[in-house]
Amino acid sequence: MTAVFGAPTPFVIEQPPGRAGLRRAMAAEWTKLWSVRSTTWTLVGTAVAVVGLCALGTGTVNPSEIIDDPTRRSLIGVLLGQLIFGVLGVLVMSAEYGTGTIRATLSAIPRRPVVLTAKVVVFGAVAVVVSEVLAFSAFALGQAILSAKHAVGTKAAAAQRAQQLGLKIPHNIQGFLSNGSASLGQPGVLRAVVGAGLYLAVLGLLALGLATIIRHTAGAISAFVAVVLVLPLIVEALPSSLSNHLARYLPANIGLVMFSTNGVPDRVVNAFSPWRGFALLVFYAVVTLGIGCRVLVRRDA
Amino acid sequence: MAPCKADRVIEARGLSKRFGNVVAVDDLSFDVSPGTVTGFLGPNGSGKSTTMRMIMGLDAPASGSVTVLGRRYHDLPWPMREVGGLLEARSIHPGRSARAHLLTLARSNAIARARVDEVLDLVGLTAVAGKRAGKFSLGMGQRLGIAAALLGDPGVLLFDEPVNGLDPEGIRWVRTLCKQLAREGRTVFVSSHLMAEMALTADHLVVIGKGKLIAETSVADFVAGSSRQSVKVRTPAPHQLTDAVTNAGGTVISDPDGSMAVAGLSASEVGDLAASMGIALHELTPVASLEDAFMELTDEAVEFRGGS
Repeated sequence: MTAVFGAPTPFVIEQPPGRAGLRRAMAAEWTKLWSVRSTTWTLVGTAVAVVGLCALGTGTVNPSEIIDDPTRRSLIGVLLGQLIFGVLGVLVMSAEYGTGTIRATLSAIPRRPVVLTAKVVVFGAVAVVVSEVLAFSAFALGQAILSAKHAVGTKAAAAQRAQQLGLKIPHNIQGFLSNGSASLGQPGVLRAVVGAGLYLAVLGLLALGLATIIRHTAGAISAFVAVVLVLPLIVEALPSSLSNHLARYLPANIGLVMFSTNGVPDRVVNAFSPWRGFALLVFYAVVTLGIGCRVLVRRDA
Repeated sequence: MAPCKADRVIEARGLSKRFGNVVAVDDLSFDVSPGTVTGFLGPNGSGKSTTMRMIMGLDAPASGSVTVLGRRYHDLPWPMREVGGLLEARSIHPGRSARAHLLTLARSNAIARARVDEVLDLVGLTAVAGKRAGKFSLGMGQRLGIAAALLGDPGVLLFDEPVNGLDPEGIRWVRTLCKQLAREGRTVFVSSHLMAEMALTADHLVVIGKGKLIAETSVADFVAGSSRQSVKVRTPAPHQLTDAVTNAGGTVISDPDGSMAVAGLSASEVGDLAASMGIALHELTPVASLEDAFMELTDEAVEFRGGS
């Protein structure tokens, strides 16, 4: 009854072995990421924020002022840059929904966890490289500015003076006394710079996870801003018995500890150590992405 | 090597989908065979797009199943090399160039880069391949969507309302393309709410209304089964004739090819009417129209009715 036009030969083409899996999905995501302007613009914006705020923060230091942590001072722009970088993390997923490309993407690779994994790997790799480059650049620029401002004497003179006073000199104070800047060889400095980059990268992935759950650009950006900016305000408004307990869990406070060489800023009570805090951040991102994956698989595209 | 029966490339069995309280697709079963163009016909809102999306694994059915080449879409190893889909809603980033959009898809299914330029040429977008897709007209966007569907040189093609937004030349191009793809032995499943379009393009029909299967038949049988007749008319004075026919109680549907289909009046009545008004006729053919057959069949199943 179907053979009105005779029985046609079915169309068969030999297919290559294997399947459209993670490797192909990653190649597609790479092309996708670099073929829209928003990627370049958000990265430029992040760079301007991270490096620009560093220049501002170090360039406005009075030569006679004592900075308690020159490393942190040069990395503080990350707290501004994360807002722009988070937008990129959001767009990596939400642009698919906003433009409908999600339908093309999932038609090409129907196994949705593979698609999300590819996005996480590709964006995550780009995020780590970009963030580390920015952290090291900001550090180098910041310390160059500080050392130009604080050419107050040689290391030897500083050490001698400290000995006369009978002081045990903390590394960063020694750094300050010598030339007002930190160097990567000093204890905790390399860890703080690397940590700043990692912090930025993980927050980008957190933003991607939020966008996978929320699916709307504006909604996901709002949620991200709520996490990094609004949540700290709320916690601060709570009675101190409560806020002292909660403050150390906030991403921004974890970040602050990660950028610091000399332990904990005063306002974070009972803060986690830098790496423990970082592990907690990674945990946040993994949980968010995990929920996102579940939503992606279960809801219609 | 095909793991399915060769004459059933797409098999839908008891397919259902609801959105909240609205039943979009209701216990729909049909087969689509290779080597022919199968039209998927139904009024707007009858569940065609939802069905297409379920075939491609974008929407999950509430119950029932649909397979392509004997497998769930999800289990196809190289989806784009096996099934090419053009969905109704645009699925292109406005900031990405046509070439980059296709390249992204090519990469995902290990399709050679050269094929991107090949399909761009095939749909006539080579000149604007580097332009951002956001600047494309509706018709160009539709051509890019068709290019994406053809990218993997698949044996199965799903086109959801492919002629939307196309000019008459583009419509003819899609029609020819569908037929040619079918002649090559491919399976072509093309949806439309335009009955006349289906009559010209399709060999077989799957007709649905309100998400339910109404008919699964050949176009010839579908038209022959229609009890109502219409009259195909060509005239150099279409507006005058339209007014005259309407005043006489008939209805007129203009075809893109310049002819008119008159319903409600017999061929002799139309001829007499034209003669009395002094309107020249270049053609006057009684036809059993697909349009009528369609209206008759879907009369009970139209979700949204015009307010006339």
